[in-house]
Amino acid sequence: MAADLIERFKIGLWRDNPGLVQLLGLCPLLAVTATFVNGLGLGIATLAVLVASNALVSATRRWIQPEIRIPIYVLIIASLVTCIELIFKAWFPELDRSLGVFIPLIVTNCAIVARAEIFASRNPIGSSILDGLVMGTGFALLLMAIGAVRELFGQGSLFARMDMLLGGEPMHGIVLAENGWLFLVLPPGAFFCLALAIAGKNAIDQRRQTSRNEIPRRARRLNR
Amino acid sequence: MPDRPIWKSGVTLAIIAAICTSLVAATWQLTAERIEHNQQEWLERSLRPALAGLFFDTGVTESKLTLPPPHGLPGSGPAIIYRVYAQGQPVAALFIVSARGGYAGPIRLLIGVAMDGSVTGIRILEHRETPGLGDRIEIIKSDWALQFDGRSLRNPEPGKWKIKRDGGDFDQLTGASVTPRAIIKAIRETLIYFAANADSIFARGDD
Ligand SMILES: Cc1cc2nc3c(=O)[nH]c(=O)nc-3n(C[C@H](O)[C@H](O)[C@H](O)COP(=O)(O)O)c2cc1C
Repeated sequence: MAADLIERFKIGLWRDNPGLVQLLGLCPLLAVTATFVNGLGLGIATLAVLVASNALVSATRRWIQPEIRIPIYVLIIASLVTCIELIFKAWFPELDRSLGVFIPLIVTNCAIVARAEIFASRNPIGSSILDGLVMGTGFALLLMAIGAVRELFGQGSLFARMDMLLGGEPMHGIVLAENGWLFLVLPPGAFFCLALAIAGKNAIDQRRQTSRNEIPRRARRLNR
Repeated sequence: MPDRPIWKSGVTLAIIAAICTSLVAATWQLTAERIEHNQQEWLERSLRPALAGLFFDTGVTESKLTLPPPHGLPGSGPAIIYRVYAQGQPVAALFIVSARGGYAGPIRLLIGVAMDGSVTGIRILEHRETPGLGDRIEIIKSDWALQFDGRSLRNPEPGKWKIKRDGGDFDQLTGASVTPRAIIKAIRETLIYFAANADSIFARGDD
């Protein structure tokens, strides 16, 4: 059971990461990751919607005729996003102001429809919630990582404005430099960071693959 | 095609729509009051800096005046003026205007003007200037916005309402002079408007 859980997390965070491998939800991924706190905020919001939508789709999967499943997914996801937006406005108003239109735009994050279609519509509710959790976490971690890199090298700070999530006075975070590499803050920087992340993942996977192939060969040589 | 009648699909869709709608309605019930409260608090909090050091006894947002365009103030949308009083006498007017000519679209600006025509404070409410360049107009990023406190149409003299590199009196931002130019122009236009219209601003009723 625990091993199974770890395996599922590995799939969501690494092997099938929605942002890195499935390349889903690129619009928010590229648009809001200029800072760590924005990435974290949108990551949490997306995670919450994904878990809830997987749960609802899975719970209703027996009554949903295939021909109307798309309108139903859209209905469920749009309602959940509206709820999340209201919750953000009520409890994290600063973050809501900073993320602006990208909270309502979670509706169009295809990672969510994709998980409903691929997973939640065919699996029991517990497993679907877990799927939402691992995929959402994988997506959120990627948003945070790209946000951190762009903020660090683009603005010379890290964790600035965490008050938008935690409340209290404006926080400047860890300030390492006055200015950074402007390019990273601008939209092209987002593409650049995502490309680096994908290339990095592929390189690591490839190295693992080759080392896995090499060990038996070396063992054979030693035996000889 | 399956021979399931189409009305069954319709009923399913309707039931799920009803469930989703109740979900949204319930969340709205739960959050509406807080959201209203947050918005009011945010408005008050963003207006207060333009009133530093002044004595007033009315609520900051109590006396609101919305001017539809054309109004002679900066910006092509409606301009908002909050009027603040002490013992029935006008103390200051807070203008919310849009500066044009920024690097990336209009800059929403709060400008407080005391009755003697001097600036009580300015703050940037909304902008899309470049992070690291134009965004240092924000008070959280730098003190740039504070240099306007106490300025008026004769301080500095009219020809000096420019950034230093254009021969004026105001600091620019390194590597970003488009943004400051736009803001300085908007402040000056607002002061000119106030000088010409102060009486009528305070004579008009609330929205
Ligand atoms: C990608 C990019 C973003 C910029 N963003 C701003 C900005 O937000 N505000 C600004 O005043 N200048 C910005 N600039 C710089 C202006 O184009 C201009 O070079 C600068 O304001 C100096 O103008 P000056 O030579 O007339 O003083 C930006 C330039 C680039 C290339």
